[in-house]
Amino acid sequence: MRAISMERVEQTRENILDIIKSPVLTHEQKVSNMAGQADSLMEVLDLPEGLDELLNVPIDRKCICDLAEGHAPVRPRYIIPDYAKFLKEGSEFLQLAPPTDLYEALNSLLIFYKHVPSVTNFPVYVGQLDELLEPFIDTVPEEQAKKLIRMFLVHVDRTVLDSFSHANIGPKATKAGYLLLEAEKELEQAVPNLTLKYEEGVTEDAFALAAVECALRSAKPSFANHKMFKKELTENYVIASCYNGLALGGGSYTLCRLILGNIAKRAENIKDFKEKQLPYVLDIMARYMDARVAFEVEESGFFKDNFLAKEGFIHRDRFTAMYGLVGLAECVNILLEKEGRSGRFGHDEAANDLGVEIMDLIDAFNQNHVNPYCEITGGHFLLHAQVGLADDEHVTPGTRIPIGEEPEELIDQLLVLSRFHKYFPSGTGDIFPIDITVHKNPEYVLDIVKGSFRKDLRYLSFYSSDSDVIRVTGYLVKRSEMDKLASGMAVLQDTTELGLGASRNGHILQRKVR
Amino acid sequence: MKAAVNRIIPFSSVDGPGNRTAVFLQGCNINCKYCHNPETRKLCTGCGLCVDRCPQGALEKDGARVLFDPEKCVQCDTCIHVCPHDSSPRTLEMTPGEVYEKVKKQIPFIRGITVSGGECMLQPDFLEELFRLAAADGLTTLIDSNGTIPFSAYPSLLEVTDGVMLDIKAFHASDHVRITDVSNEIVLENAVYLAKRSKLYEVRAVIVPDLYDAEESIRRMGNFLAPYLSVNEFRVKLIAYRPMGVREAYSHYAVPDQPYLHRLEDILKACGFHDIIII
Repeated sequence: MRAISMERVEQTRENILDIIKSPVLTHEQKVSNMAGQADSLMEVLDLPEGLDELLNVPIDRKCICDLAEGHAPVRPRYIIPDYAKFLKEGSEFLQLAPPTDLYEALNSLLIFYKHVPSVTNFPVYVGQLDELLEPFIDTVPEEQAKKLIRMFLVHVDRTVLDSFSHANIGPKATKAGYLLLEAEKELEQAVPNLTLKYEEGVTEDAFALAAVECALRSAKPSFANHKMFKKELTENYVIASCYNGLALGGGSYTLCRLILGNIAKRAENIKDFKEKQLPYVLDIMARYMDARVAFEVEESGFFKDNFLAKEGFIHRDRFTAMYGLVGLAECVNILLEKEGRSGRFGHDEAANDLGVEIMDLIDAFNQNHVNPYCEITGGHFLLHAQVGLADDEHVTPGTRIPIGEEPEELIDQLLVLSRFHKYFPSGTGDIFPIDITVHKNPEYVLDIVKGSFRKDLRYLSFYSSDSDVIRVTGYLVKRSEMDKLASGMAVLQDTTELGLGASRNGHILQRKVR
Repeated sequence: MKAAVNRIIPFSSVDGPGNRTAVFLQGCNINCKYCHNPETRKLCTGCGLCVDRCPQGALEKDGARVLFDPEKCVQCDTCIHVCPHDSSPRTLEMTPGEVYEKVKKQIPFIRGITVSGGECMLQPDFLEELFRLAAADGLTTLIDSNGTIPFSAYPSLLEVTDGVMLDIKAFHASDHVRITDVSNEIVLENAVYLAKRSKLYEVRAVIVPDLYDAEESIRRMGNFLAPYLSVNEFRVKLIAYRPMGVREAYSHYAVPDQPYLHRLEDILKACGFHDIIII
């Protein structure tokens, strides 16, 4: 462990005092922020040379960002427990026998969630709820099942205080699936995030339409291209956190992101970007991630000591790492400007072509970089279109078209997106606020989903332009809670603050309504 | 063969089931007082009054015609507001093939195509050819019509048409004349003709209590059409009058309130209708 200066220690103590005195943080938020401050004093990772000037610089120059994972990762960033195994076998550590009815199943899950760590300290995956609950659904009368599921979801919303927490349903319709959708439609809650794994011909239209109707009230579920995900990650994939495709019983050690626009700023022209600047940063970020992964696997002891690993709810060799990026739009626009060429990403064929060329380079780099602990994904990281941070300014998430520059017609936007979603097995997605007239025609949304998935789009989210619950970038917030926080009051969920930041800096309330 | 096309909306959620490309043809044969897109009523006379008023310089006088540059247009609608002829200089003369090229781009995101107007049944041959192209690619085809042109005269068009969305603007002929300047015998004949052939997708009525007794009209219409529900289950859409886009002389009618609209819905339910939408 390397030494640090007293000056840094003093600064950290100041930060801790600010946290203690903060009027807008709840007790739990203070504790978790203080832990982050303690972690920031650690210097244990074997960092690649050149990282510092790419990572620890102001946001307008930063080329690599580690998304607040801290200096000494004590656990993997995203953990995907095998909840089916837990419901089948119970847990010795938690002293729980396998549940025998719906009461016990829901109670067991709620207990388990409190013991699943992640970068947010809340579980980023709460299970394939329809499949998990279907075997228990007829153990009680239907009215009771409805009430129990409703109480369960309220419990999750009020105790899993972070909307980077994701439940899955589908692709097939189930009774439990319908009950979950019905409850979410009524509750209009931000947590958990919800995805319907959708495949045309496998998912019944009626179930998909129930999902659309739910989404137009509560901004969820989103729609994941099941056919595409299972081809890349096998049937044993889940959607966690924002929209991340990961292996069941595994997860992601880490997620770092390239800020492509800032890498473009370093380049003299397109050639310099492609041949020098981009490869240079790609290599340093990959080696930084290698260092983080090595610490988690070899030093932290997490995979040896935590009950999740010991009891086989997770397996070290089902983990991978997510190689993220943001700002392809800014990158393309800056490079074209440097070349004196006109054209904007999302609008001009030449600009979009350049975007594809850049993605091909990043993809090829990733396919050549080997990490010994990513066996589940062929020894490589998975590319991830990161959704941005609350304090990002002039940084467009992943490969999205910037808000305010969306093409006039949705068809033109979708055709651009269809060129980029394929690169990101560990997640990408686009979000569309929908005009309220669509409440009378949910088939409209389903037709768009069907067409999109035929065109290799991966993940789509919709919400009604008049909803209280809205999707910020990948996660959900309530407008009413953002208003509370903006007026200086503490709010329950951590992600409300992120949503407020994103609405100020990322203009998420100004998306084009479709 | 060409038609004047006012507008093509690539994705529409309000012109039939699912996501559809909606094509609006220019020109109408009746004069609904509450028409909310009166600029689609007449063909451009080429008078050129709009040319100098366009703030973007997107219009140009070319002999007896007005040319329109879609690249320069910012959709400010000044031209249609200043037009004294209920027309628009922004229409394009297109063949069915040219229109279909614009529709095709939306495949596979759309399930079908809806042609509206104006009154699209003024150009049945154009419709038929366009629908043949769409049907060949598996798209469904809907006509949105005011019902004043007899569908029985166009059997081959109906063969390539999946359904018709038919306006019944009023049940009483005298009300229909007051609203549109023409009578409605053919409209009602069309409703029956289409229902019997399972081609009636939807019947619509704009509700303007100031202009006619909507309650009485809906009751009579419900009783008249209910027998055909067993042949052809169709939707009824009750559209509340709104002044947006309506010509100034007719924009003073009161907007019906929700309780009134729900009363109409109840009347239809009592007649045996299930699929009723209020917008």
